[in-house]
This record gives sequence, C-alpha cells and structure tokens, in this order.
Amino acid sequence: MFLQQLTNGLTIGVIYALIALGYTMVYGILKIVNFAHGDIFMIGSFLGLFFMQEFQLPLYLAFILSAAVTAGIGMLIERFAYRPLRLADRIVPLISALGVSTLLVSLAQKLWGTEMHPFPTAFGSRTYTFGSITFSEIQILILLLSILLMLGLHLFVTRTKTGTAMRATSMSLTNAALMGINTNRMISLAFAIGSSLAACAGMMVGIYYNAVYPTMGYMAGINAFTAAVLGGIGNIPGAMLGGVLLGLVETLGGAYISTQYKSVISFSILIIVLLIRPSGILGSKEINKV
Amino acid sequence: MIKKTAIAAATVLAIVLPIVLQLVNDYLLHVVIMIGIFSILSLSLNVIIGYAGQFALGHAAFYGIGAYAAALLMLHFHLSFWIALPASAAIAGLFGFLLGSPVIRLRGDYLGIVTLGFGEIVRLIFVGWVDLTRGPMGLPGIPAPSLFGFVFSDKLEFYYLILLLLLITYVVIHRLVHSGVGLSLLTVREDETLAQSVGIRPNYYKLLAFTVGGFFAGAAGAFWATYISYVSPDAFRYLDSVNILAMVILGGAASLPGSVLGAIILVVAPEILRYVSDYRMILLGLAIVLMMIFKPSGFWGEQYRKRNFYGNVKKVGNK
Repeated sequence: MFLQQLTNGLTIGVIYALIALGYTMVYGILKIVNFAHGDIFMIGSFLGLFFMQEFQLPLYLAFILSAAVTAGIGMLIERFAYRPLRLADRIVPLISALGVSTLLVSLAQKLWGTEMHPFPTAFGSRTYTFGSITFSEIQILILLLSILLMLGLHLFVTRTKTGTAMRATSMSLTNAALMGINTNRMISLAFAIGSSLAACAGMMVGIYYNAVYPTMGYMAGINAFTAAVLGGIGNIPGAMLGGVLLGLVETLGGAYISTQYKSVISFSILIIVLLIRPSGILGSKEINKV
Repeated sequence: MIKKTAIAAATVLAIVLPIVLQLVNDYLLHVVIMIGIFSILSLSLNVIIGYAGQFALGHAAFYGIGAYAAALLMLHFHLSFWIALPASAAIAGLFGFLLGSPVIRLRGDYLGIVTLGFGEIVRLIFVGWVDLTRGPMGLPGIPAPSLFGFVFSDKLEFYYLILLLLLITYVVIHRLVHSGVGLSLLTVREDETLAQSVGIRPNYYKLLAFTVGGFFAGAAGAFWATYISYVSPDAFRYLDSVNILAMVILGGAASLPGSVLGAIILVVAPEILRYVSDYRMILLGLAIVLMMIFKPSGFWGEQYRKRNFYGNVKKVGNK
C-alpha cells in the first residue's frame, strides 16, 4: 500500500517537475513569475487532444506537435506581453501575466467549452507488477518520458554552447549581453523550452486523469510553482527535486490524511517554505542590498 | 467653486438618476447596484495594492467570506441585517488579518501566488464543507434587510442602501489614506527599508491594509448576499479576483476616484458588449496586457493622486 502510494506520488511528482522547470527557467533569467505558465500547460493539453481527435494523429506525433506549437505560443507571449515591460516595476509584468492567463483560459473556454473532455488513448488498463508495486502502462510512459525529457534538458543546459550561454544569461543579464550573447534569444528560448515541457506535462495529466478542461492550469500551476520554490526557484535540478518531493508528499497526504483537501497540503508547504527557507532546498541565498 | 458644483451635481445625479433608470428598465438599476458593489471591492483592494503596495490576488475570497458569514448569521442565528453586516465585515477583516500575518513578509510575486492560493482554498472550502455551506448548491432564502418595519424589497431601495455603504466606504478609506497612516502606507510601498529607518513599521501597516481591505470587501459581500438572497461558491472564483484587480489597475493604483471609475468601466462594458459576451473575458485579459504596456498608471492615476494628496501646493498642468 505504502509503496504503491509512493509510485503514484512519483508519477504526479515528475509531472509537477516538468511544469516547475518552466517557472524556474523564466525566473532564473527575468526574475518574474510567469503566472500564465499553468495556463500554457492547459493549452498544451488541449492542443494534444485536438491533434489526436481532428487529425487522427498517433500519440507520439501529437506530443511533438503540441510541444512545438505551445513553444511558439510561449515565445509569442514573451515577445508581446513581457518584453515591452522589461524595464518597468516588478509588479507590472506580473499583472500583464495575469492578463495573459485570463486571456488563455477564456480563449480555451471559447474554443473548447467549459466542460471536461476525456482524453482517449490506445492505452488499456494493462498493468505490470513488480513485487508488491503495480505500474499501469500510462504510469510507465509518464515516468520514462519525463525522465528522458529532464535528462535531455540537463544535458542541453550543461553540455552545449547554447546551454552555457543560457546559464550565463541567468547569472547576469547585463554581463551575458556584454559577452556577446543574444540575451533576447536566450529569454525566448527559455520560454520555448519551458512551454514545450509544460505542454508534454499537460498531455500526460490529460491522459493520466482522462480529463482536460480550461481551468486545469490553476491548481497545477500553483502546485508546480510550489515545487519550484521548494527546490529553490531559479535552480533547474531544484525544480526536478521539488516536483518529485511535492508529488510524494501530496499523494501520501491525500492517502493518509484527506483527499478532499489535497491542495491545501501543497499550499501549506508553499507558505511554510516561503517563510522558513525562501531560497528552497537547493537554491542559493538571495541577499537584498539597500 | 468648480469642485463644489461638481459634488452638488454628482449628488443630485446619484439621487435622481436611479429613479429615471427604473422608469426605463429595472435591469439598468441592477447594473448600477453592481457598480456600487464592485466600487467597494475595488476601493478596498486599492488600499492593499495601491497604497500598501502588496500584490494580493485573492480578493474575491474576502468578498465570499463576507457573503457567507452574513448568509449564515442571518439564516441560522436570525440576526438582523444591520448586525450581520458589520459582523460579517469584521469576520472578513479578521481573515484579512489572519492571512496577512504570515504572508506580509513575502515579496511581490510570492505574495501574489500565495494569496491566489488562499482564494482558491477558500472557494474549495465553500464547495467542500457541505454541512455548513450546502456546497455547490449554495444557500438560498437570505432575508432582505428591514428597518423599523420597513423592508428593503425593491431595487430602488437596495440602490440607496448600496449608495450609503459606498459613501461610508469611500469617506472612511479617503480619510484613512489621506492621513498620516496613508503617508506611512505610501512610504512602505515605496521603500520598506527607508520606512523602517524613519520609524515606520512596515509589517504593522501592511497588516492594517489587509485588515481594512478584508473588512470592506466583507461588507460588500454581506450586501450582495442579502441583495441576491442567495450565495453560492460560483460568485467568488479566481476570475472574480482578477476582475476586481483589473478595476484597480484600470482606474489607477492609489487613486480612489480611479477605483470607482474602474468599477464603472468594467461593470458597464460587458453590458454594452453583450453581443460579444463570449469574448468578454478574452477582451478583459487583452485589456489588462495592453494597459500594462501603454498606460501602467491607469486612467485616473498618479498625477491626480498627487494633486489630491498635496492639496493646492502644486498644480499639475491646467486641465
């Protein structure tokens, strides 16, 4: 029972980690919380469903297409809603993000209606049992794909020239620009990667719970943000760790305390982490100079 | 002179206009009452966002707490509206204080997401605590207020009631933000370290803003409950918080007439744009983004505030 809950927690945890990466990459560079990120996740989910239903595409193609289109949407949002505000007060891009979030949710409601859509896939209810733990096919897919994506991101960020440029940009925007890095392109890229990871996560959630609906981004967004903060916002491995931890805590809490108030658990974690250790588990301490 | 004439004209308009509107169409009066409710909400949120500079995103929660508190007090304890109104406002104010206490140490964006979460949790409790709130079915049959045998039943009477509440709110908040407290709030907003160095306690003033904001939002909620005579969790969603926030932003942060203007625009616009009602929220989102890019200080923003604030010492332009 405990091990089974652990598996379920791990599954939802890697999904949180994927969404949290988007928050953390954008925060790392621009120091703003992209409030619309949860809704980008929702759009990705809907797009995947759309490609599968309208064009009868196979699942893997739907994943790729949805990730690509959502990446484009993320870049557009950055270009038009955030870039003109880069020099403004911190609160200004925040409100703009809120506008984008409202825009995306109501657009989805207009296009696809407010009701829950099932996410039909070829996955049966076949399960694999290892000892006392049972994995469903979908869980295996989610775990494998998420780990693959995170590994890919890690290799990209640490081993490639563009990845190095990106890390430099997140250390200091001005200094990176002085070194000849096109920082605007790096910011665009961060949004693109974050959005496409969110789109993959969105499709996984849609398949896992067999439900896609326009407001699914709120709670997922808050949870993923909690994960990013828990691991240390701005820190890529931190987001992965935070996501998995949060998924585990939430699922175990849901199983042993109360399912109805599962979201209260993550919310409480968020407040506690922010008050006790705002820099998170892996984050470096931020010093505010006068 | 001009100011006095304007106030007199506004008074006459506020008293006579609804009577005319009612002759034309009862529904118009409902729109005006909604403007009143949302003006109170945006005024109270402006204390938190505009003056204290705290980016709070869960204002609909206080509104909802006020509405549910009033509904429960009137239904279960058979309290008169005149007791339930201040009581539910006080309860919402208490929640403002309770939410404020842990979160005021957080910076802008963190605070935003925590208060957003708070709003969502409060709504979940409205939906989930079926024994008390009847969950999604809501609480029907909330009695109308009565005063010495006179029962507020038709829209015109409710209009005068909300007008009175709005006036009280406006005057109290106006006095508050134009006093030493208001100056301290602005100092905290501009620079916390500076505020501390001149002996202003940032946490005290931020908490005060949360409490006052929660209090008046709760009062608006109590009025809403008795006006519609029914409360359900649907009226206090995240989008409603965004709507109130948009009113503050549209009118201009730290501008009281701006808050009322924002409420007027955002209540009336969807009614005029009824034929594109499907696109209403899409347009709202777009409007917020465009506003931030082109006019982040709002339609009745900073320069008006300064002129109000420092009296006639420094005239800004000749407008």
